[in-house]
Amino acid sequence: MDGMDDIVEDFLVESHENLDQLDRDLVALEQDPGSRERLSSIFRTIHTIKGTSGFLAFGKLEEVTHVGENMLSKLRDGVLELTPHRTDALLTMVDTVRELLGSIETAGSEGAVDVSPAVAAIVASMEPVAVAAAAGPGTTGTAAPAAAEATEPPATAEGTAPDPVLDDLPAGVAVTEASAVLAEAAEVVDAVPVRRTDQTPPPAPKAPARAAAEEHHEEQAPGRRAVADSTIRVDVDLLDALMQLVGELVLTRNQIVQYVSRQADTDLVRAGQRLNLIASELQEGVMKTRMQPIDHIWSKLPRVVRDLGQQCGKQVRLAMEGNETELDKTLLEAVKDPLTHLVRNSVDHGIETPEARRAAGKPADGVLSLRARHESGQVVVEVADDGGGIDAARVGAKAVERGLVTADALSRMSHSDVLQLIFSPGFSTAAAVTNVSGRGVGMDVVKTNIEAIGGTIEIESEAGRGTCTRLRIPLTLAIVPALTIECAGDRYAIPQVSLQELVSLDAEKAASAVEEIGGAQVYRLRGELLPLVRLADVFGLTSDRHDGHVVIAVLRSEGRRFGLVVDRVINTEEIVVKAVGAQLKSMGLYSGATVLGDGTVALILDVQALARRALRAESVERAEQRAQSQADAHAAGPAERQRMLLAAIGGGRRVAIPLDTVTRLEQLRADSVERVGSREVVQYRGAILPIVRLDRHLGAMPSYGYGEETAAREVLEVIVYADRDRSVAIVVEEILDIVDDSEVLHSDIDDAGLLGSAVFGDKVTELLDVRAAILAADPSFYAFDAPAHPDATGVPTGLLAV
Amino acid sequence: MSAPTTTRATTQLATFWLDGDLYGVEVAHVQEVLRAQKLTRVPLAPPAVAGLINLRGQVVTAIELRERLGRPARPEGADSVVIVVRMHGEAVSFLVDGIADVVHVDAADFEQPPDTLDGRARELIRGAYKLDGRLLLALDVARVVAD
Repeated sequence: MDGMDDIVEDFLVESHENLDQLDRDLVALEQDPGSRERLSSIFRTIHTIKGTSGFLAFGKLEEVTHVGENMLSKLRDGVLELTPHRTDALLTMVDTVRELLGSIETAGSEGAVDVSPAVAAIVASMEPVAVAAAAGPGTTGTAAPAAAEATEPPATAEGTAPDPVLDDLPAGVAVTEASAVLAEAAEVVDAVPVRRTDQTPPPAPKAPARAAAEEHHEEQAPGRRAVADSTIRVDVDLLDALMQLVGELVLTRNQIVQYVSRQADTDLVRAGQRLNLIASELQEGVMKTRMQPIDHIWSKLPRVVRDLGQQCGKQVRLAMEGNETELDKTLLEAVKDPLTHLVRNSVDHGIETPEARRAAGKPADGVLSLRARHESGQVVVEVADDGGGIDAARVGAKAVERGLVTADALSRMSHSDVLQLIFSPGFSTAAAVTNVSGRGVGMDVVKTNIEAIGGTIEIESEAGRGTCTRLRIPLTLAIVPALTIECAGDRYAIPQVSLQELVSLDAEKAASAVEEIGGAQVYRLRGELLPLVRLADVFGLTSDRHDGHVVIAVLRSEGRRFGLVVDRVINTEEIVVKAVGAQLKSMGLYSGATVLGDGTVALILDVQALARRALRAESVERAEQRAQSQADAHAAGPAERQRMLLAAIGGGRRVAIPLDTVTRLEQLRADSVERVGSREVVQYRGAILPIVRLDRHLGAMPSYGYGEETAAREVLEVIVYADRDRSVAIVVEEILDIVDDSEVLHSDIDDAGLLGSAVFGDKVTELLDVRAAILAADPSFYAFDAPAHPDATGVPTGLLAV
Repeated sequence: MSAPTTTRATTQLATFWLDGDLYGVEVAHVQEVLRAQKLTRVPLAPPAVAGLINLRGQVVTAIELRERLGRPARPEGADSVVIVVRMHGEAVSFLVDGIADVVHVDAADFEQPPDTLDGRARELIRGAYKLDGRLLLALDVARVVAD
């Protein structure tokens, strides 16, 4: 008994409660046989028990509830009418279920309880003509195995086979009880005769077992509490308060441990260590009280899926994996609606109709999988379907239509980035508003809700193969792992969930690695340009770091990455999140505060708000600059400003490349260049990247050109241009600067591969025809159809994500 | 400094000094009074937010009443006193110059805010009680805490 699983225990408590409700419902139903509401309630109860018993591999329980559910669904849908016989059959089922639960509780297994009479009674009563026949004991006796077989062959075999557990004492108890209950039931339900003795094949070991069992039962009864009595319901507020107190205790513990570690008194040190240990265990224990298996919210989904499937004329099978994964109750409540929404979406939009599925060569039954698991301190929940997948082209077209992105920006987005557009506010793919979804509550709301609890959401989809939405949710909100940093003499906490990595640059390195693009600082993180945000600047404070060192916390928020420059990194630690007053909450820059080990209050940065604030402020600043420069360039200047990347290509020539076509700046080792036919390629991030050398392409003088020089050079300066899933590397001699195009003189003196020329910074610069250059490297570059492969390189959407 | 106690409606006010004036808040609102506390500054917060204090593990916002009432900043080196008040279940603290007595005031002595009060402070003062030889300004805690 001690080994009884938590899940089973949960299941028993829940089921006992449900059964009590069921009794009430059934009795009430007799007074009011037409009540759909009652029937639905009964159906739900049986359905839940069935679902869980299937998951817990209680085959008999599943078998009996399965047929019961069948009948109930027919009753509920009005296919069958409730007659006294059927009520009787249902009551028999309830009794059998109770019997089985009793056996599971005492013996840990279903024991020798025979479910076939109940199954037979239900099956018989479902036949309109068999109702009368079912009343005869003879017919039922023979009909039972056949009928049971028809519904669930494997389970029946298990149910009628001689059960080895029968010899066990606890199983014996179950049998005794079972007989009693059945006898009792028989008094009321005359349609179901008691056939225990002739149905259970080996009657021999039963008698001694029963005698012993009764003895055993008596001595056991007062000592052991039933599972239902050994749990209590506790107000969540009380648990919250407890959690808060434990948080305090942990902090105080931290202070004491810090203090004690400086003491020489061994007794004090030992006591400190014990306190440390106990506080940790207490914290864990209290956290556990708030944890609930995700099944609590999942258990409602089979119903949702079933109803919705019927409504949409789709056949959907729901597969659940990891029902037992636990997370904080508050979070559980918070993910309930988003999860239901995702499931509805999958059934409504994801899974195709049976006809369409057959046409696509897939089984008619769509599979909707719910998977939950713990992964590095987070709970990962996946909602996956094997439906038609999301048409990225349609998503893109819609996003452009809704003005969420420009067609130009879209053309350069990778497959996976296009899909994430689904989460943009004001986006809904449903062409027609259906009853199910498309009621204005879109994926953006799902995303907002998930992010509100510190989680993230991402979507993957393959056309024709299905869609998978992945949620990452923190285990608990009250205590979060965080990075503590220092800025301008104060400490702040950054939740680990948005932290990707830390970069520390010494003064020498920082001087060259941190570059300026139009007044904005960027850092080349493995080739990708990372916009830098100085926390001190955001706060309007003065950094107290003057030695030139740069410490960057690489953060991710809403799909954008940026580097937060802080003075120094202090520690990573678990922090207890405290609410802040209304005055600070309304600022939206801090998600809370915490008390550090030394008693100092530290603010917790709201990374999303910070990103919005800092990155937007930056773009506003640039917009102002742009307006200014346009005003300077007077009315004759081009209305559209373009930013240009200036690069030297050798022979003193300089080209300008529109910055919005540049995805990354990269340095590649010259010896990594390989040849495919006459073309040069390089292996890059698991893909083959065609190379175009601008000096050769534009015919820069070969004798003086860097083409030969670079043969000796070890590192090639490369501009990576990516369009959807394809990329091209443009080799230049040196990357010089980034300038605005609006303030320069243009001329149409050009040459093959050039669009014209202009004067940038007193020098004539050629404007590169990027398209021609790319075609030189990869003639099929623009000839692609819909991308066949999901994005492998994770190409970012633009150089400057502003 | 005691007010005449009669059977008529009297209120208990906890009084404190701020830039030479005497203010009062209803005793029912006051949770506790503390010596100067270590403040954690909050960048970009409204100017009246002096910072956050750690009140036995609870994080409480401290409002600089001098700033809130449009008075000059407290002279360098002068320690503040922290009055923790509770409004709508949330604790907020006020930084003041010094704490004074708890006094009983009589509604009969109450008058509208004197015209000499400037605009900002005027909104935050319910009115003045005429005590012996001095005015006691009754602070509207809800308004001080709001926004």
